[in-house]
Amino acid sequence: MVSEKKFKISINDRTCKRCGICIAFCPKKVFSSENGKPVVVNLDACTKCKLCELRCPDYAIVVGGEEDEQ
Amino acid sequence: MRKELEKYFRTEKLPHIWCPGCSHGILTGAVVRAIDNLKLDQKKICIVSGIGCSSRAPGYLNFYTLHTTHGRALAFATGIKLANPDLKVIVLTGDGDCAAIGGNHFIHAARRNIDITTIVFNNSIYGMTSGQYSPMTPKGSYATTAPYGNIDRNFDLCKLAQSAGATYVARGTVYHIPQLIKIIEKALQHKGFSLVDAVSICPTYFGRKNKMGSPVKMMEFIRDVSIPIKSAEKLSKEELAGKILIGEFYEEQAPEYTEEYAKVIEKSQEGD
Amino acid sequence: MSSKARLMQGNEACVEGAIAAGMRFYAGYPITPSTEIAELSAEMLPKVGGKFIQMEDEIASMGAVIGASLTGLKAMTATSGPGFSLKQENIGFASLTEVPCVIVNVQRGGPSTGLPTLPAQGDVMQARWGTHGDHPIIVLSPSYVKEVYELTIRAFNLSEKYRVPCILLMDEVVAHMREKVELPDPSTIKIINRKKPDPSIVNYEPYRDYDGDGIPPMASFGEGIPFHVTGLIHDVTGFPSTNAKVTEALITRLMKKIYDNLDDIVDYECISVEDAETVIISFGSTARSVLRAVHLMRQEGHKIGMIRLKTIWPFAYKAIQNLSSAVKNLIVAEMNFGQLVETVRASAGGRFEVSGLNKFNGELITPDEVIAKVKEVMGRA
Ligand SMILES: Cc1ncc(C[n+]2csc(CCOP(=O)(O)OP(=O)(O)O)c2C)c(N)n1
Ligand code: SF4
Ligand code: SF4
Ligand code: SF4
Ligand SMILES: [Mg+2]
Repeated sequence: MVSEKKFKISINDRTCKRCGICIAFCPKKVFSSENGKPVVVNLDACTKCKLCELRCPDYAIVVGGEEDEQ
Repeated sequence: MRKELEKYFRTEKLPHIWCPGCSHGILTGAVVRAIDNLKLDQKKICIVSGIGCSSRAPGYLNFYTLHTTHGRALAFATGIKLANPDLKVIVLTGDGDCAAIGGNHFIHAARRNIDITTIVFNNSIYGMTSGQYSPMTPKGSYATTAPYGNIDRNFDLCKLAQSAGATYVARGTVYHIPQLIKIIEKALQHKGFSLVDAVSICPTYFGRKNKMGSPVKMMEFIRDVSIPIKSAEKLSKEELAGKILIGEFYEEQAPEYTEEYAKVIEKSQEGD
Repeated sequence: MSSKARLMQGNEACVEGAIAAGMRFYAGYPITPSTEIAELSAEMLPKVGGKFIQMEDEIASMGAVIGASLTGLKAMTATSGPGFSLKQENIGFASLTEVPCVIVNVQRGGPSTGLPTLPAQGDVMQARWGTHGDHPIIVLSPSYVKEVYELTIRAFNLSEKYRVPCILLMDEVVAHMREKVELPDPSTIKIINRKKPDPSIVNYEPYRDYDGDGIPPMASFGEGIPFHVTGLIHDVTGFPSTNAKVTEALITRLMKKIYDNLDDIVDYECISVEDAETVIISFGSTARSVLRAVHLMRQEGHKIGMIRLKTIWPFAYKAIQNLSSAVKNLIVAEMNFGQLVETVRASAGGRFEVSGLNKFNGELITPDEVIAKVKEVMGRA
């Protein structure tokens, strides 16, 4: 059986402006806020809908495998 | 940023100048994703803007990009498209840029049905000049130049475009982002003048002046007042008050301006 | 093969010249007395594969012209007074972004709607300083129909060479007058095209002065190299900057590319100035009356000469400075309240008495009026 590539959500600390949009609108509450900064707290719940990535005004989020990261 | 999108950005210019939570970034991302989904030829795309926060978008995008004068993006874009019809021409503009100072160019570009996709970053305010009312500011809202509430009535950009002759007209919002990307894709594929009214947020000026709270609260507001055109059909005028109708309003295949001009060239050379 | 002579209107000669120079795009909005230029362009451009568009106003026309030029086409617009005012913001854009384009302004009486069908030369200063900020510009002014043809070609050539908007400042008389013109064999016409980036350049920067001549090579939209153009002050990469050094370097280069090349750009005709005691400076249709007056007065033995300016801006300072000290009086004849006269006075630097012969009532300055003025200043001396 081929093992699935390690899935993760990366957030670019340099470009994130802490607007809170990803945290508020994730349908699965995957993020929590650490002084405004989004941190992944519930990766298992993520459905990979990528809404957080599409709505991030600063292109700071990548949802997916390692090859998607910058 | 996702790797496959990097080539569309001038990544060394990021992070962009926009305020935290400003949806101009979301919209710029949506445009890029639509271009990527369609696999359009990057070397054939020209992006033109006017002046305003929104009009700074082309500076971050790795295409032929032109940041013109306030309101005139469509005039420059018309020259580009007619001079070189092989180019896919996209205009990114603000609600003030497009509907106030650029209103005349907007209706005439629509009337000609020239193949240009216009995406209005509609945050209902003049962001760049710090919060004066625009022709898209709702009646009753506050702005620095409407300290007692705005008495101007606002445009319905979609109706305006359609009656002026645009052949693809749609509205989306920065909350309904997957749908908005689909709409932009349709607009880009449409031959003729296409308008996307992209309802967005300016947390810094419109938001503060109207006590709307954080960017998140403003996004929630947009989510809550938006209704798809189809569901709106069943609602009364009263029920529709203050609502934002989203979806595709109009689509028509009609002769496109630069193709018509190609015929003029042929005709002028007949019998030579 | 030489073409035969044709009776031709000034506005017609302008379109003929433009097409000979390589104009392939025209955008405009009709206004008397320039409209024939639009009408003829509409007819002739598609025949040579060019494009014509009537825009919704002059602001849009100027924008469309700049857009077209950015794709590599030689582009022109024509207008008159009120329309010239509307074009100014985008003329400034073309100046700063260094997009070649030709703007024809057939002057009519002003201000405002003024005298739509009557001649004037009231836009001399607006042509130089009509748009805001320090900026380079070249302004040419023809006096004869044949010269309209020649100077339109020159306007394109200078605009392409220096990447600067070039204004052909006509007046109603020259624009509507008919004269016999023999158009030259196209192969004899000197055509200048904008400098393109050398294919060996990697990471092309659109505003880098690669050749040290102050004129960056210009790529076109659609050619394969993406680049950014903005009306904000920008550095060599084309991206905005508010840095004081960058700003100073840009504005200096823009101005120097004109002021370092005055010998190439400035053009004028000196007639009987060698021994003249009175010299009349003039341009456009006014220069025709002045020429007549000079002939008549020379026949009577008066030491009178003239300088006919073909370029108004940059101003022909040298023409004034080179005048011999035999000259006592300078008269600047212009159909306005007195515009160029101030510049002439500054160039004279106190060496000569400078006075103006001005008319601003929609009527031409006649040879008799020139003669009367000359006699008046001679009597004063
Ligand atoms: C001719 C001219 N008039 C006024 C301005 C000042 N100005 C710059 S941007 C702007 C409004 C922009 O509003 P909008 O198009 O809605 O863009 P936003 O900043 O909201 O994205 C104004 C009035 C200008 N630059 N040029
Ligand atoms: S949406 Fe983007 S910018 Fe906003 S908090 Fe999340 S990661 Fe940061
Ligand atoms: S991909 Fe969807 S579910 Fe996963 S974190 Fe983003 S918004 Fe939440
Ligand atoms: S002022 Fe408003 S429109 Fe401009 S960047 Fe800030 S939030 Fe965006
Ligand atoms: Mg706005």
